[in-house]
Amino acid sequence: MSDPFAAVYEEIIHEHYKRPKYRRILEGLPYVENPSCGDRVRVSIRLGSDGRIADVAFDGSGCSISMSSADILAEDIIGKTPDEARQSIETFLSVLRGELDVDELDAFGDAVAFKGVAHLPVRVKCAALAWRAALTQIDSIDKPQMNAKS
Amino acid sequence: MRPQFVAHAPVEENSSVAGALKNEFPLFGERPELIYLDNAATAQKPLSVLDAERDFYLKSCANVHRAIHSIGEEATARYEQARKRLARFIGARPVETVFTHGTTESINLVARTYGETLGPGDEIILSVMEHHANMVPWQQLAERRGVALKFIPVSEEGELDMAEYGRLLGPKTRLVAVTMISNVLGTINPVEKIVGAAHAAGVPVLLDAAQAAPSMPLDVKALGADLLAFSGHKMYGPFGIGILYGTERMLDALPPFMGGGDMISEVRLEGFSANELPYKFEAGTPPISQAVGLEAAADWLSSVGLDALGEYESALAQRFMEGIKGIPGIRILGSAARRAGIVAFTLEGAHAHDVAAYLDRFHIAVRAGHHCAHPLARRYGIVSSARASVGTYNTCEDVDTAIRVLSRAGEAL
Repeated sequence: MSDPFAAVYEEIIHEHYKRPKYRRILEGLPYVENPSCGDRVRVSIRLGSDGRIADVAFDGSGCSISMSSADILAEDIIGKTPDEARQSIETFLSVLRGELDVDELDAFGDAVAFKGVAHLPVRVKCAALAWRAALTQIDSIDKPQMNAKS
Repeated sequence: MRPQFVAHAPVEENSSVAGALKNEFPLFGERPELIYLDNAATAQKPLSVLDAERDFYLKSCANVHRAIHSIGEEATARYEQARKRLARFIGARPVETVFTHGTTESINLVARTYGETLGPGDEIILSVMEHHANMVPWQQLAERRGVALKFIPVSEEGELDMAEYGRLLGPKTRLVAVTMISNVLGTINPVEKIVGAAHAAGVPVLLDAAQAAPSMPLDVKALGADLLAFSGHKMYGPFGIGILYGTERMLDALPPFMGGGDMISEVRLEGFSANELPYKFEAGTPPISQAVGLEAAADWLSSVGLDALGEYESALAQRFMEGIKGIPGIRILGSAARRAGIVAFTLEGAHAHDVAAYLDRFHIAVRAGHHCAHPLARRYGIVSSARASVGTYNTCEDVDTAIRVLSRAGEAL
């Protein structure tokens, strides 16, 4: 509980919540919702001509954890290939599910701030929301390309 | 002896009673800093309840209604004694008092038995402020049987629209199922009028007493309830046990609910015949130690001045509302004239989760979310709210601390 970095993590989360870099109004995409608290978020992902993720944006409503997590997700996957992004998201979600050690998050950027959330079962769902949305989104934009190749 | 709440006494005086009662709850000994304001979700348990359950396991643990051996007889006797005590607690007879696993199971039981006798053309009246436990079982029934659900609207003040209720009641109405106290708004509903109008139309009433049981004396006959449901854990008793009260006439007419041991009188390969009341509805091994614990909870609640407790809790809620209404950005949901010890609120610019997490830093436990009442949250155009709910051990100091911390939350979040 008395993690020496707790205050730093909190500051990171607060910063992304209050001053998100990737929050825009999106239309036409489905929301992913957390039925237990009503938080909802949708994530748009655009691939560049080099096959890497060129742009990510989100919108939605929710608590500081779910909204900051969406901003941090965007930051994390921009520049990655869909497969790299998928792997990164799976790792993050596995940590939140308690399947991987929280120290896995040390390899991340600001997502490290969710180390303190990983052991709070109720808030884990908030942190996972945008990442789950992104996973679905990546699958839907990536599939047509794979088909085209084959 | 134990101090008792006093009717019409100044709130500070009853607050010292609450402070003394707090000493009977071991959890507050473990966590002296805790200000527990989530009593509408579950109440803490006094030592006498924990002791009763433990004593059962230490001395009389056996299954009920089966064994010839003396410890089995003793377990059965303790279980049935608990039923008698709970029956007395609500002014019912033991034969009308069914042990279930909680309010949710009690209501599902009615939906799955009484409900199955209904079909297209039949209507059930609920209200917009129902907890999911008194909404989803009926929605499932509506899907299964084509029964229509009608909802009593809730005003901005958080009160039931009784005029509309009168219009909804009609020849097609087969049941009215409403809560006595809103678990979000704290509104105390006019049960006498609801039951009176229903009975005048020949319609039975199911009362959801989950929030009422811990705060006011219940008398099913005076209330005129045909069916009434509540949980043990919200009334300072154990988890995993609840009550369904039903008039003998009503329960007798219903088919059994779950099948299994204890609910039968005879089983042949071709079929079974159902046991007598109340065992007809108690399939399988019941929550035995929990029943013993719940008996202790009924004893405990009855000994603290239950008549005056509700009034004290309302006064605490009033104090809380007075204290927070001036805080910039605070919106209190509902303003019903008759209100229990429950206050839901939002803080502009801050999500309810963040408000609750902020309060938690100061060891103040409140609920945040939609409180298992989605449609009501939608009624107020909000996604979620924070909710403070008081209990027997909450003092003026608890409430004042919460107000002080909340007044700083806006700038911190």
